[in-house]
Order: sequence, then structure tokens, then C-alpha cells
Amino acid sequence: MTVDRKALDALYPVAEKQAARLRTRTGKTLDALTLKAARDRGLEASDFAITPEALRLQAEVAEVAERPQLGENLRRGAELANVPQETIFETYELLRPGRARDKAELLALAERYRREFDAPESAVLIEEAAEVYERRNLYRKRF
Amino acid sequence: MEDDSAIWHGLEHRMGEKLTQGRIVEPGKQGELTDNCPIGLGCFSHVVFERSVLVAVLARISSSPSEEVENTKTRTAAWRMGARAGILARNWEDTAMADDGALNRWRRYDAWDERPLRLDKFAPESPADGFCAAQSPNDPAPSICIENDTVVEMDGVAAGDFDMIDAFIAAHTIDAEVADEAMALDSGEFARMLVDIHVPRADVVRLARGMTPAKLAEVLWRLSTLELTFAQAKLRARKTPANQAHVTNAKDDPVQLAADAATASAIGFDEIETTMRVAENSWSNALACTIGAAVGRGGTLFQCSSEEAEELRLGMAGLTSYAETVSVYGSEGSFIDGDDTPWSKAFLIASYASRGIKARCTSGAGSELLMGFHEAKSILYLEARCLCVQRGIGVQGTQNGGIDGAPVTASVPGGLREILAENVMAALLDLECASGNDTRISESEIRVGAKIMPYMMAGTDFICSGQGSIPKYDNSFGASLFNAEEMEDYMLIQRDFEMEGGVRHVPEDELMALRARAIDALEAVFDELGVASLRPEQKSSVLTAHGSKDTDTFSFAEVRRIASALQAQEVTILDVVIALEKRGFSDVAQNILDLMKQRVSGDHLQTAAILRNGRVLSAVNDPNDYAGPGTGHQISPERRAEIAAIRDVLSKDEILAWAARDAADERRRYRLEPTGTAQAGEAPGEVVIGLSPAFGGELHRTTGEALLSDVLDALIGGIEEGGGTSRLVRIHHTADTSFLGLSAARLSGSGIGIGIQAKGTAVIHKSDFYPHMNLELFCQAPITDLSHYRQMGRNAAAYARGEDPEPVSIPYQGEALGSRYHVQTSLIYAIETALLDPAREPEELRVTFLDRR
Repeated sequence: MTVDRKALDALYPVAEKQAARLRTRTGKTLDALTLKAARDRGLEASDFAITPEALRLQAEVAEVAERPQLGENLRRGAELANVPQETIFETYELLRPGRARDKAELLALAERYRREFDAPESAVLIEEAAEVYERRNLYRKRF
Repeated sequence: MEDDSAIWHGLEHRMGEKLTQGRIVEPGKQGELTDNCPIGLGCFSHVVFERSVLVAVLARISSSPSEEVENTKTRTAAWRMGARAGILARNWEDTAMADDGALNRWRRYDAWDERPLRLDKFAPESPADGFCAAQSPNDPAPSICIENDTVVEMDGVAAGDFDMIDAFIAAHTIDAEVADEAMALDSGEFARMLVDIHVPRADVVRLARGMTPAKLAEVLWRLSTLELTFAQAKLRARKTPANQAHVTNAKDDPVQLAADAATASAIGFDEIETTMRVAENSWSNALACTIGAAVGRGGTLFQCSSEEAEELRLGMAGLTSYAETVSVYGSEGSFIDGDDTPWSKAFLIASYASRGIKARCTSGAGSELLMGFHEAKSILYLEARCLCVQRGIGVQGTQNGGIDGAPVTASVPGGLREILAENVMAALLDLECASGNDTRISESEIRVGAKIMPYMMAGTDFICSGQGSIPKYDNSFGASLFNAEEMEDYMLIQRDFEMEGGVRHVPEDELMALRARAIDALEAVFDELGVASLRPEQKSSVLTAHGSKDTDTFSFAEVRRIASALQAQEVTILDVVIALEKRGFSDVAQNILDLMKQRVSGDHLQTAAILRNGRVLSAVNDPNDYAGPGTGHQISPERRAEIAAIRDVLSKDEILAWAARDAADERRRYRLEPTGTAQAGEAPGEVVIGLSPAFGGELHRTTGEALLSDVLDALIGGIEEGGGTSRLVRIHHTADTSFLGLSAARLSGSGIGIGIQAKGTAVIHKSDFYPHMNLELFCQAPITDLSHYRQMGRNAAAYARGEDPEPVSIPYQGEALGSRYHVQTSLIYAIETALLDPAREPEELRVTFLDRR
């Protein structure tokens, strides 16, 4: 395993090396995020929410740095970036032990991630959980 | 047992008296026990360990005569138990009744009992109960079997029998490409690679990706504490070590949080973490810490440990920048009890990434033990499972090293070695490691200091996670290993060994200015948001407060109102930035904005990211490249100066300034005038006092704080009281006490002389002695007072008459006099030696006291 230092140095820090590829959710560049813009009410809270593109760029960095699992996590993050907050909480809650009633409930959730949010990697994670939870009896009622 | 006579025989044997009427003393009175009184042996089995328990037991015996006899299987055991109880009972009785010196107990144990260490309790090694640091007989042997890139067996368990942790590790952690190679490698060989400077970090990190939990546990336990420390230095992900602080208080007071966050951030912590006494106060806590941290300096990452969904909301609002409390456990039972699974945690970690929030998991020795699901496995093996899950989740880092389970882990043999081993394992798995040291594992300050040493020597991504920057009682996580009280001790350890501890001393006036500004900034934001206003007394009480006991501030109800108002308004960090900018805190607003811009690039989501001087520093662009001396992290000259700058650094100028002040005083008190070269005296009762070169000239006060005029007065007065006469000479050729004394003695008609240095060190010498022999030596000047000097004079006069007086005894209580006085002593002595003139003869001196005699 040898990390390609040159490739990595050309990518990271992304804010310095790949600033041209970065946009906020409202399409602004990093340079546009100034105090003056904030004072003039030219910024929105969503300007400080990461984009799926930035997350995929960081996944690429992680993979070049030989951290494949971190890369996968960041790719799942990219998928979840556009998933509404409440859905995130519901999904997390349902993945906790004893919340989903059966395997079908989790499989349906996975399907929703695939269809509604175009989130295949996250769907795979949920499907995997669905299998293991059944084998380990994790659909049992906890409260 | 049917009869308890054996116990009584044992008891009588040791009590040294017949106990037909078993006389046993209980607190405050004497009780009576009859021969047929059954004894609760369950209690007696503890008696051997603690006297206080005995007292309780004795009280219990006399009040509960019907207690059942238990737990004693043989007469011998019963006798022994009685005998032990007897020893303790007698000691207790003796101590209680009279201090007659005939105790059966060695008093050293009394001294030991007084030490804070005795509050710590320890556990025997007991693998069946989970009290086993490593290598439990129940740990599996390392194994792996891979078919078609799929793990079909791991650590002796077939895939069909995997619990959820095995299943997750097999699916997400084990790198099938290197597994066979890595597992075939001899554990001893791999352990040597970990400490071999010629084997690059990348090589061992690659192999570790193919290792199972049992293999990792086996490998790490091949390393001694020393080797683990070395391996940590080599394996740490980020080259530059850092540190994290806790900022909390017992009142959840946002004003104090802002001031303390500014303090912590200025001291150098790269991350600060808060939590609440009352969960609902999270928004107020988070806002206050965010503002305060940005006042201290730019780039400090901040988190608010809270319920998962709440923490994510705070992060979304920009009020926090990282999360740390995503807990992972090493047994299925404890994972489920913790209300999670590896998949729910993997989803949560991805969710944090999706919101641009840096995250790390938390695991650590002893949590499975505390939760009652240890499966009789060793602590290290269970933690290996935790770390493998984390690697599989794809989280960038971990907070491990005991954490809340550190004290229970510290109670078993090798417990702290285990904690170190699990931190190294995290680094080996290429995770950012915030290495615990965040729980007070002991009441003993020595154990605390020892605990931190390997971490400071090696350097970790975050040495503490976190260090208490506030007093122990204000720490809502519970006391940390090091706290505000011990902050300067920590800084000193950093300075002593020139290790990177991640903190610096900031002068008090600078800190006060920062605290004031943080309070003003918070006030401005509160005002702009219309959630609260601060009273002047409130602000001033917080400004100077060591902790919340000193503050006159919001009530819990008021804090809750502020927190719910912030939440109701859905305040975001942008509102805070705008408010700060509007009210003239543009620099603070800019610091927060710079932190927020990380959200756009996500650079801080890479492994071990911190922000320094507006730039991200992570394992990607600051990779640890340690490969032996001169490589890896080096302390720069600027940083070295920062580490060196602490309080109580005495300079020569300071010593001279003290001397100048004393000189003015002393000129009014006495005069020393040279009257020519000193001659040998002939008077038989004469004692010659030889003064050092700077005595009364450049220097005027002993290290014991006595003015030299008073010292001289006492010596001369003592000699006269002893029936002798005194003569004063100034010695120019030496400043050494022995030679001062011998030179004086050689000039003395009686052959007895006193030599004394300006710092107060003195000797009574005799003219025919070898130089380094003496009659009496007073080498502990800091605790030598005027009465001692007077007695010294009396004794010298007695020696001059040929008598044999009782030497002067200076009561020494074991003070570390060197640490207190040697800086001063060295500087003073250098002033003396600078005046030496080897060729100059001693001079006769005339002393005139101007204000007395």
C-alpha cells in the first residue's frame, strides 16, 4: 500500500486545491462567504450546509488516502445530504434494536431510500441490517 | 458451622485474654459478648482488610446476637479468622483507650491509611467475572477463513453463528485481500514491526486491515508499556498532537461557559466539549461555548454532548462542529443495552457526514463490564471488537481508552497497560485517537500523573478527550484526569520533558481580557436575539470566577427559558455571526465564519482534522511520518518558548531587586566596617564568625527570610549568653560553608569558628578538623530561624569552653526544599562566587547596630 502523495496533494485541502469545484447549496463560491455578505443579508443558513458534491470529493480524497471505509461512509453521507432531517431521525430510530417489527419493515425502508432518495449505498446498509437483525432476533420488543 | 468455639479461641489467642465474657469494644463504649453468641462470619471475612469495617462489625455483633454463622468451612479457617479479628480488635482498643505505644499494628499503615490512594478500591483478576485486562482464557484464538472474498469463519466462529458484531466486522472491516497474509504473520513478529523504525507506518496499517479482533488483541499484548508508548508515537494518525477540553459548569450558566470556553481555547485546546446538568439547556450551552471559543481564538472545534437527535439538530444549526459520543460496544448484549447496533451507528455516522459535522465514535475498556455483558472475555479483546466495528463503520476516529470505564479498568492488574494498548490499537487501525484521559481514575495524584505520562511522551491526536478546563465540581462529565486545579501541573510536565501536551500558559491579564470580551460578546448576541440581558454584578462575578460556586448568575429556570427561546427561534450560526458583526465583534464573527466555511469544503471530515491558523491539519496533509530520532513531530523553537513560559520563573534581576530593597532597610539597622587584615586571636573563649563575601554587602536576607543584621545579632548575642566573646571577619577567598567555618576557626583563639553564607547556611567548625568535618552544620537555611542562630552562638561558646552541648535541632518536616529554594539559592550563590578573590586575606570587621543594643 503506497498512498499516491502527489494525487493527494493535488486534491487536499479541497478548500485550497479544488476551490473551483466547490459551490454552496445556493451556488455561491467559497470566496462569497464573507462577513460583509452576512451583514447585507446575502447569505442563508443553507450556504453552510455541505453538498453531496463536496462529500463525494472528500470520499475521493479518503480513497486516495487508502481509507476505503471512510470513503464509503462519506459516499453514504453524500446520499443522505438531501434526505430530510425528520427522515434521518426516523431511519436511525428504526435501525435501533427492537424498533422495527420485522424484516419486511426494514426492507421497505431500504427500498424507499433506493427509490425516493436515490441512495443505493444506504439502502444496502439497511438491507444488511434487516438480515442480521432477523438472525439475531433483534425485532423483539424492547419497550 | 455448628459451633463457633474455634473463632473464639483464635480471638482469645490474639486478644491475649480469656474471653469467657467476650469483651469487645465498640465505638464510644464497651460492649459485652457472651460465649454462646453466634457471629456473622460473612462480615468477619472482611474484617481482615480494614479496621473501620471491624468497628462496624463489632458494633453489629453486639447489637445482632442472632446473626447466622456463615461461610466458614473448617475449624482452622474459623480459628484464623478469629485470630485476625483479635489482632484488629486489640489494636482498635489500644488506639481508642490509650496511646501506650504497644500497638500490634505497624503505624506505617496508619500513615498509609491517611493517603488519598486508600480511597481507591481494586479488583482481583477474575476472568469469569470479566476482571481481566487481556488474554482471558475465554478469549478466542485468532483465526480466519475466507472463501470467495467472504469471511466464512472468524476467531473460531462460523459465519452462521456470528453475532451482530462479528457479522458487521466480517462484512465491513476485514480486508479479504490482506487477511490471509496478515493472519499468517507471527504475532511476535508483527509486534516487533510496530516498534521498528525501519518499518513504515503504512506497512503495519495495511496488514492490520486484515486482522481479526483476537489477532489484534494478541499482537498488542506482546508489547510492554514502554513499547506501546513508542508504537503510539509511530502510529498516531496526525503528525501534530493536540488536546481537547471539557467546558461545563454546575449551573449550566451560559455566561460562565462563554468565559471558560474563551479561556480553554486561548490556552490551546483544539476541541472543546460541553454537556449539561439539565438536558434541555443544550441550545444555551452550545451557543455560549461557540461564541466563547471564537473569542479565545479561531478554529477551535466545538461539540455539545447530548441525546443523538438533539446533537444532530444543534450541528445542523451550526452551533456545534463535531460529535463524539457515538458509542460502540464490544459485546452484543451491551450493544443492545446501549440501544444501538453497528448498523444504526453506521447510519448515524453517515448522517453526521451528510450534515458536514466531524464525528468520532466512543468506546473503551470496561464499558461491557459496567453494563454486565462481558461474556467473561478480556477487556482488550472486547475493545478490539469495538475498534473493528468503528473501522468498518468508516468513522474517521475514535474516543477510546477507558473513558467512563477507565476507573474499573484501572482496578485490575495491568489495567492501565490495557488502556494504553487499546489506544495504540485505534491508531493501528488508522483511526484518529482521542485517547481518553478524561476520567479521574484515582484519588492519588501520583497515579494520575503516572497515567498521563505515556500519552504525553508519545503524543496522540487528542491527549485528553477531554481535559477539565474547569474545576472538578463544575465538570458535568465528572472529574477528568486533569482539571482546572491541576492545569499548571500539566503545563509543568509538558515543560519538564519538553513534550507536546497541546496547551500553553497565558498571562492572567490576557485571560481576564478574553473572559471579559467573551461575556460582552454573549451579552450582545443575547440582546440581539432578545433572549436575555445580563446584570453588571452577574458579569463581574463570572469574570473573576474560578468556578460556579463564585458566580451570581442565572437560575436553572432562567437558563431553561433562554435555551427554549433559542430553540423556538430556530437560531442558526448565521444569526449569531450577524449579531456579533453588528455589535462590533467582527473578529469573533470572522472566526465563526471561517469555521462554518469548513462545512462547504468538508475538509475537516478527513481523519484527525483540526484547524490551526485558519488551515485544516489532518492525517491527509499532516501525516505522521515518525521514523526515529529527528523525524515526526518536532517542537519548534517558538513552541518551545511557549511551553517554557510558565509562572514563578525567578530571574537574577528579581533577586537583585529584592536585595536592593533590603539594602535600604539594612543600612538603617547596622554598619559593617573593615578595620584591616584579620589576625589570629588568642582569647580562649573567643568565637570567630566568618562572613561570606556578599554577606551584608550585596545580599541582605537568608532564604529563611531573616535579615542578616538580625542573624548577626542572634549569633553574637548567643555567643555572649554562652559566656564567650565574638569577633567578626570577612572572608574573601572562599564562599564555601566548610572553608568559611574552618578559616574562621583557624583565626579563633579557642579554635572554634562559625562560617556563614548570605543565604543563611552556617557551620560551627574547629581549627584542627578536616575541612569537611564539623561540629554542627546548618544546611537547611530556609527553615533555620533566629532562635536557631542564637542557639548556634551559645553552642559555639560552649565548644570554645571545651563543653559538649546538645546540637541544635532544626525541625524538618520533609519539605522539598530544593524545589522551593534552589533557583534562588543558585542565583544568590553566584553573586557570592562572583566576589571571590583567592589571594585576599580575611579582614577584621567592626559591627555597629544602629537601632538596638
